[in-house]
Amino acid sequence: MKHRRWLVPTLYILFLMLPVYWLLNMSFKTTNEILGGFSWFPADFTVDSYVKILTDPTWYMGYVNSIIYVVLNTVISVSFALPAAYAFSRYRFLGDKHLFFWLLTNRMAPPAVFALPFLQLYSAMGLFDTHLAVALSHCLFNIPLAVWILEGFISGVPREIDETAYLDGYSFPRFFTKIFMPLIGSGIGVTAFFCFMFSWVELLLAKTLTSVEAKPIAAVMTRTASTSGYELGLLAAAGVLTIVPGAIVIYFVRNYIAKGFAMGRV
Amino acid sequence: MQKTLNNKAWFMVLPVLFIVALNAIVPLMTVVNYSVQDTFGNNLFFFEGTRWFSEVLASERFHDSLLRQFFFTFTILVIEVPLGVGIALTMPRRGFWSSVCLVLMALPLLIPWNVVGAMWNIYALPDIGLLGYGLNWLGIPFDYTQQPVSAWFTVILMDVWHWTSLVVLLAYAGLRSIDDNYYRAAQIDGASRWAVFRYIQLPKMKHVLTIAILLRFMDSFMIYTEPFVLTGGGPGNATTVLSIDLVKAALGEFNLGVAAAMSIIYFLMTLLVCWLFYTLITQGEKK
Amino acid sequence: MAQITLDKLAHSYLPNPKGEADFALKEIDHVWEDGGAYALLGPSGCGKTTLLNIISGLLVPSRGSILFDQDDITHLAPEQRNIAQVFQFPVVYDTMTVAENLAFPLANRHVAKDEIAKRVAEALEMLDLAGKANRKAQNLTADEKQKISLGRGLVRYDVNAILFDEPLTVIDPHMKWQLRTKLKELHRRFGHTMIYVTHDQTEALTFADKVVVMYEGEVVQIGTPEELFDQPAHTFVGYFIGSPGMNVLSCQVAGNKLRLGAREVELGCSYPQLDGRTEVGIRPEFVRLAPAGQGLPITITRVEDIGRFKIVRALLEGQRFDAVLPEGREVPEGASALVDPARINIYQDSHLVRVQAQGGN
Repeated sequence: MKHRRWLVPTLYILFLMLPVYWLLNMSFKTTNEILGGFSWFPADFTVDSYVKILTDPTWYMGYVNSIIYVVLNTVISVSFALPAAYAFSRYRFLGDKHLFFWLLTNRMAPPAVFALPFLQLYSAMGLFDTHLAVALSHCLFNIPLAVWILEGFISGVPREIDETAYLDGYSFPRFFTKIFMPLIGSGIGVTAFFCFMFSWVELLLAKTLTSVEAKPIAAVMTRTASTSGYELGLLAAAGVLTIVPGAIVIYFVRNYIAKGFAMGRV
Repeated sequence: MQKTLNNKAWFMVLPVLFIVALNAIVPLMTVVNYSVQDTFGNNLFFFEGTRWFSEVLASERFHDSLLRQFFFTFTILVIEVPLGVGIALTMPRRGFWSSVCLVLMALPLLIPWNVVGAMWNIYALPDIGLLGYGLNWLGIPFDYTQQPVSAWFTVILMDVWHWTSLVVLLAYAGLRSIDDNYYRAAQIDGASRWAVFRYIQLPKMKHVLTIAILLRFMDSFMIYTEPFVLTGGGPGNATTVLSIDLVKAALGEFNLGVAAAMSIIYFLMTLLVCWLFYTLITQGEKK
Repeated sequence: MAQITLDKLAHSYLPNPKGEADFALKEIDHVWEDGGAYALLGPSGCGKTTLLNIISGLLVPSRGSILFDQDDITHLAPEQRNIAQVFQFPVVYDTMTVAENLAFPLANRHVAKDEIAKRVAEALEMLDLAGKANRKAQNLTADEKQKISLGRGLVRYDVNAILFDEPLTVIDPHMKWQLRTKLKELHRRFGHTMIYVTHDQTEALTFADKVVVMYEGEVVQIGTPEELFDQPAHTFVGYFIGSPGMNVLSCQVAGNKLRLGAREVELGCSYPQLDGRTEVGIRPEFVRLAPAGQGLPITITRVEDIGRFKIVRALLEGQRFDAVLPEGREVPEGASALVDPARINIYQDSHLVRVQAQGGN
């Protein structure tokens, strides 16, 4: 039994990797070859799809747009959530528990419910088709999440540290940026990771709130699928490229993921 | 840790409050507004009271999608939670291989949801997809675009593929928090593998597992993009879960009143379950 | 219960240890008596935990073997060794009640139900936990949790040894004393072989019949508390045990003459020619202060009054030299120090030089 322990995770990873492999496999085939029939490897190996995506602005701007609003959202979420998480962790105040619960319920708000009202709201504010609109709308679920994770990390820092700093004559903003933020550095990293992740994978709102200027890669993919026929090779390559940023981010935070899950109570 | 009473803390919460309220309250009010009115275009609205609500609650279509929703959520929970725990238990606990496992397993979580749908859309095709082709090759007739059973199988398998890793990571985090001495003590006490799981590992994972179930419940309840891209709710209405039905009603048929009323019923249900879990978790923390 | 034989035992965490320095535990060869209470004492990193882990079966030693009575158990797993262990941080099964915790090791070994009930009741009574038998173990205090850990060993009548790994670390100070007394009492009553790892000399000296002092992977002395105090086998033992620690001054020895800088002192016995670093060890408790001129002249730098006695910090021929002054005695003017020759130990390269004692105790 003990010697076959590795079998379960290995089989699971195989199960996870097969669809990814299939996507990769297709991305190196021509559309004709894909539609021609089943094959394990590309017979006519080509990187044309990748070349097209990386040279055609309507394609690669989709990635740029996505990354812009994701980064924007991550910055907004973390910087807004930090003081709030501190307040929830250190102070009691009128209505704090209800407020915290209300925040959390928004993590559970189905985007499908909000898609249409969001469109009206952001159009009314004149933000339709901007990166900011998407970034702000993703705050709906990312800020509650960020507050929740950060609150967990901040509660792990003994409050004596705060008190010592005040005694040493630090003002609150200086204490917060010079002493406190470095202390919860890994917490901020984990939070940023999760904000990035949830903003990157969400597409319903991103698609609804944009048309041309801030069009995310997902929208580019679906629109290409409907206008230029069914270019499977191109779509597969685009799909592979959407996995890349996520994979890079995971690699950098691999040692914090488990800890973040445990401490942040995601 | 004793918290101090300080109502000025409100100022630190205000920015968050503002931005979330903008995103939550204004749209919610819009939805509530729609749910009690009717329109014939031209921005003319008529107050309809609870008509849409009674209509939705009485409609067979809503009952069907709700039923499908519960079936879906129940099935994936029953599969993903035990599977996730099992994998976390057999994973290397530390070292290089555990990092490799974590990175590879977290990968599906970071793939945009429409790409997940598109990937499985192709992967499960009976003629050119590995899964569809493979199943047919094994003699199992499989075509998710035609057979409701195949479609359900694919939707569920996709969700298992997409989200089991979340349960694995949470359970793994719970297991990591167990001190080695617990295992040593159990060994000395002559505990069986099952007893170690039952009395050491499971109690330590209880908290993270509650979170895992909560998250998977909520997320599966509002799932939209992946099944929409995969099957579009079909064949027929076979895999039309709540969100898909909602968007169909709102954008496809422009039945705003019905869609809004559905949204609110839907939202209240998630809220209720969320509240139940939240109470459960905070109660657990107090002990 | 068993006698424990450590037969040329040594351990290195490296796969191919080269020199002595690679060994976390240097060769040890000793027999620990059945029913003895042993304490492994030393600073952190001295190898005491390594030794404990070898005894409990978590580590297989690189060299040598370990025997319980006549059985070689070097390669047996912990559960096959029939031992009990109390860890530094209390390990209890949170979801079980106190009684269920105590029954757990017996239930795992398929002991009959009524026998389990009998032994659990007995253990609860011994550990003063009877009133809490049906409480969830999770909500107990740290010392009660440690008692449960101990109880899980006590219910098994046939354990070869009970091991303690710094068990009082997380216990409140006033409970430490109670728990230690309880341990001592249980030891006297049941005569289990007990091995107690600690870095606290008070714990070790009050608990153990024999204290095993370890230093840098080496067992430097095994002895009763009295032996450790009167005749530390190594200067480290002198420093480590006793408060304040032993005075160690570099010196020369010729025959029965001790030369300390410009001063000469008569020794109780005659020593052979000593090579290497020669030091003299004198316990502050055995120094008497006298008015100037009667003994070795010292310069007092500081006097610390700590209640029951005073510690006099001084310099003797430029080297640090402490003395203990009993309560009620005044520090004499222009003091000098008198030392009982029988209480003087001579060290060569840190190890005690043993000669046929003449007089002494």
